[in-house]
Amino acid sequence: MAGLLPDNVATLLIDASYLLVAFLFIMGLKAMSSPVTARRGIVVAGVGMLIGTVMSFLYPGMGNFALMLLAIAIGGGLAWWSGKRVAMTDMPQMIALYNGMGGGAAAAIAAVELFRMVSTQAETAAAHRPVVTALAAAGAFIGAVSFSGSLIAFGKLQGLIKRSFRFKGQQVVNLLIVAATLAIGASLVVAGYPTMQTIVLFFALALLLGVTMTLPIGGADMPVVISLYNAFTGLAVAFEGFVLENTAMIIAGIVVGSAGTLLTQLMAKAMNRSLGNVLFSGFGETEVAAGGDVKGALKPIEPSDAGVMMAFAQKVIVIPGYGMAVAQAQHKVWELCQLLIDKGVMVRFAIHPVAGRMPGHMNVLLAEAGVPYDLISDLDEINAEFETADVALVIGANDVVNPIARTDKGSPIYGMPILNADKARNVLVIKRGQGAGFSGIENHLFYLDNTRMVYGDAQKVAAELIHGVKAAG
Amino acid sequence: MEGVIALYIVMLAAFTGYEVIARVPVILHTPLMSGSNFVHGIVLVGAMVALGRADTLLEQVIGFLGVVLGAGNAVGGYVVTERMLEMFRSSGQKKKPKEAA
Repeated sequence: MAGLLPDNVATLLIDASYLLVAFLFIMGLKAMSSPVTARRGIVVAGVGMLIGTVMSFLYPGMGNFALMLLAIAIGGGLAWWSGKRVAMTDMPQMIALYNGMGGGAAAAIAAVELFRMVSTQAETAAAHRPVVTALAAAGAFIGAVSFSGSLIAFGKLQGLIKRSFRFKGQQVVNLLIVAATLAIGASLVVAGYPTMQTIVLFFALALLLGVTMTLPIGGADMPVVISLYNAFTGLAVAFEGFVLENTAMIIAGIVVGSAGTLLTQLMAKAMNRSLGNVLFSGFGETEVAAGGDVKGALKPIEPSDAGVMMAFAQKVIVIPGYGMAVAQAQHKVWELCQLLIDKGVMVRFAIHPVAGRMPGHMNVLLAEAGVPYDLISDLDEINAEFETADVALVIGANDVVNPIARTDKGSPIYGMPILNADKARNVLVIKRGQGAGFSGIENHLFYLDNTRMVYGDAQKVAAELIHGVKAAG
Repeated sequence: MEGVIALYIVMLAAFTGYEVIARVPVILHTPLMSGSNFVHGIVLVGAMVALGRADTLLEQVIGFLGVVLGAGNAVGGYVVTERMLEMFRSSGQKKKPKEAA
């Protein structure tokens, strides 16, 4: 079937548009790496995507246009609907889901290409280049792993898959699956033309590997894994770009592959975990609940008294944790902070790299509540300031302020960088109850002489603190 | 495409990706991961070509699935990234009313 334009004109237009697409993508990503220009960045990249998609309809020799439009409407429509509805707290798993779809699309491209080789092998077997088959298979492998792995990650974070499946020798089983998949992939290339059965087996094994690789990984480590699969999908897209000789896919895929790898390393580093550790050790869901010797007692305080304490402070540092977001308290907390700022109190937010569910997630949640990003500091910027703070207000955070990480070599969190809340003159901790936190480790901060506990739902307590501050005049 | 030229493209693109991300602040890690997730949504155009050239029913079915998934990646990636980045403001801009829900 002929294209809409003469072939040479169409090809020229497509090539030119892909050059523009690559340029817009890189400019967009560049802009997205600064909070001032980030919003513009995604729009620039979006324009690139639109141009690339529209121009691709001009490809010579294409048919099935009705199917194509229907598929775009279905996939795009569902994604638009779900993306608009999802709550900010659920963002990490949605990113995993959309990323998995990209990996699946790359695998599907490879499947179509490989199946075409089966049906046309008689004519083209001789002319057929092994490099292309190898790239198609490599992209299929990575894309399929990213697809099924991301779906498992989504299921885990969404709470659909509750437990971690671990058994002895799991690594060995994974390794065997990898070896088997690679062997079949190699046989596809060497044989010159693939058979139906080997292709199906190849995809089945790759999909299985994504599942067995991801299932044992705990929820706390999932962000690193999602980021890794993001880089995987980028690579898979680039490989399929080679197969289709599509420069936009090659450039975008490689850029994401390399940026995603770096981002994965940055995240792992921020969480004080190495990538190998995340993939092969299976911490993240706790086995140990080390207590350590705790001196002192938990000292509760009434919200009204806590409010007065803050109203007469000069400097308050707020340390939000995921517990605050779960209680949907960020709006009330920001209202409280605005009240304090109006009274002349200096308010700062201190964000630990693993606050929220992935690095940067807490910033998004605070931004949603309207907190300006220049009041938000990360660990390195703020840690020296706790000594001059009158009040450190800990809301729904636990392990990230536990001083045991500095002192107790036997603790599972030893060596993790923490926020030095214990150095502040007074520490207020808003907490639902008296139980231990996410990791099950007793928090020594809560027992310090200058620490007071405010028990209750974070949102309610924040409202009571607002009253307390107002009552203080 | 010439193999060597393809390798040049790969090398330059890899350095570009690395350099663009190298100095990103932690506060943008989540949106940036989402943004790069959107960028590889360009897989959509590849899936369109695969479907467009599909002849057998099997190829058409898989190609169709590919386009559905690719479109989901591109559109979903854009929507969630845009929603997150829309909320970032400095204190100078805080009085600005919210444009979109």
